[in-house]
Amino acid sequence: MSLDRAIEPRGVQIGMRLLSGLVLAFLYIPLFVIVLYAFNPARSQSWPLPGLSLRWFVSTWNNQEVRTAFVTSIKAGLGATTIALLLGSLAAFSVHRFKFFGREAVSFILILPLALPGIVTGMALNSTINLGGQLIGLSFSLWTIIIGHATFCVVVVYNNVIARLRRTSTSLVEASYDLGADGIQTFRYVVLPSIRTALMAGGLLAFALSFDEIIVTNFTSGSEITLPKWIFNNLRLPNQRPVVNVVASILLVASLVPVYLAQRLTQDRAGGLLTTGRGAMLSATEDAFERPATP
Amino acid sequence: MGVGERLKPPPPSAVGALRHRVGGVLYRAPLLRLALLLGPVVLWMVVIYLGSLALLFITSFWSQDSVTGAIVQNWGLTNYQFLLQEDVYRTIAIRTVGIAIAVTLTDVALAIPIAYYAARIARPRLRTFLLLSMVLPLWSSYLVRVYAWRTILSGDGVLNWTLHQIHLGSVNLGFSRWSLWIVFSYLWLPYVTLPVYAALERIPNSLIEASTDLGARWLTTFRRVILPIAIPGIVAGSIFAFSLTIGDYIAPDLVGDTEFIGNVIYQSVGIANNIPFAAAYAIVPALVMAIYLLIARQLKAFEAL
Repeated sequence: MSLDRAIEPRGVQIGMRLLSGLVLAFLYIPLFVIVLYAFNPARSQSWPLPGLSLRWFVSTWNNQEVRTAFVTSIKAGLGATTIALLLGSLAAFSVHRFKFFGREAVSFILILPLALPGIVTGMALNSTINLGGQLIGLSFSLWTIIIGHATFCVVVVYNNVIARLRRTSTSLVEASYDLGADGIQTFRYVVLPSIRTALMAGGLLAFALSFDEIIVTNFTSGSEITLPKWIFNNLRLPNQRPVVNVVASILLVASLVPVYLAQRLTQDRAGGLLTTGRGAMLSATEDAFERPATP
Repeated sequence: MGVGERLKPPPPSAVGALRHRVGGVLYRAPLLRLALLLGPVVLWMVVIYLGSLALLFITSFWSQDSVTGAIVQNWGLTNYQFLLQEDVYRTIAIRTVGIAIAVTLTDVALAIPIAYYAARIARPRLRTFLLLSMVLPLWSSYLVRVYAWRTILSGDGVLNWTLHQIHLGSVNLGFSRWSLWIVFSYLWLPYVTLPVYAALERIPNSLIEASTDLGARWLTTFRRVILPIAIPGIVAGSIFAFSLTIGDYIAPDLVGDTEFIGNVIYQSVGIANNIPFAAAYAIVPALVMAIYLLIARQLKAFEAL
């Protein structure tokens, strides 16, 4: 639909265009501002910046607390992603291949940890860990962070894998069986290659989600400090502000790189991000209503 | 070499034979296959997640020993009675829901023009660009976006500098309900834009043409044709803006001057360590959300998700 062929009156078109531009500016100006602040040579936060400098990148690099928090975040992200990859693809296979009672409920349960208010999910996990502490000596640790993150990361992998499975023809699997391959061979040589990039994309997005999470993490981490938690604890301290600015910018860029890579891997355009991203929240429910023909 | 020969099982190594046997059993028992596939996920989500939610509900009826601070597993309504008696908790709950409603309405108002432009006016290339631009902020760090606004809105930040440059004086939005409203609207806008876009994109041109042919001006067409069709999509998007606002405690802490339900819960856990009370208060946003979802279902929002 070209600008000339749209059926809206000219005035409406121009008005909408203007408003869209304003909304985009509203969305992106804050992101640019915070990245600029990372290069602020001064300790004070006042605008305009007196110049640009890399000096705080150096102090950030040498900051032991930041390093520890960074490593914790990486570990939590890797742990949560591993579990999410396993559970998410298993769930996708079952929903894609089988018809069973409660099939529609699967994606609903998977989306729930992201759709419910974060405080509810956080508080629920917190009471469980507390009771677990009384009963079986469970304590807040990296593991409880990983368990919490994995719970809401599963849906991201699930959505990616099931979207790919639905686009992959089942005749390939049938052909493999017909040619004498057993189930494991078929999985290894036919199914896995066809979903490999979907798994990688799902894994990257799950990692991004975990790396950045704070609302639930605060309730499941105890004294473990992740990178977002470090920012949250330090951003009020005037002395730490320059380092916080740098860490914030790194976090921002780090959260966008996986999205870019995932986008490339799934080879979808914007439409793909709608179903793979945190837009997963938007599409999982769609899966619950859309029932493809089962073989 | 006959066809039959090729269909023979793979060479008989011990591992291969076992694998073949397992594969055969699995092939003949689809129920077993399903159980093996689905079991771990169901266990994880039901035991860990739904179990936690159930435990949250149960914990809310327990109480805390005022001397030792330990959780006493005596059933009772003390937490809920306390919540009802103290005006402050009602005020905070109403404030949280009130701001959530304001944020939701703002996001809908902001989402409609850009979604409309992307869905119905923009050329394909521009549309792809707009869609990507709308989605990307969903993935950029949540905490960093709040922090960015804290920096922008602070007394000597970008906003006041800009206002000063265009001779509009200065505002003190730094820590107020206004800043909270702006920041929440900013944070959740992409969640609203996408479903609204999807809803608007589905409207066939012929409907709008028919309306125009019958003499309606664009505004009338928008109000009487486009908006009613888009309502389910708009409500679907609003679910996220609403849910995410009532569940937040970071933004009120960083850019606001008031407490949200989440802040009370966070402090009850972190400082007072009164988990039963926090659990009881956490039931409030869960209930509000349940009601919201019921209304959304009435408005056919789930079909639009």
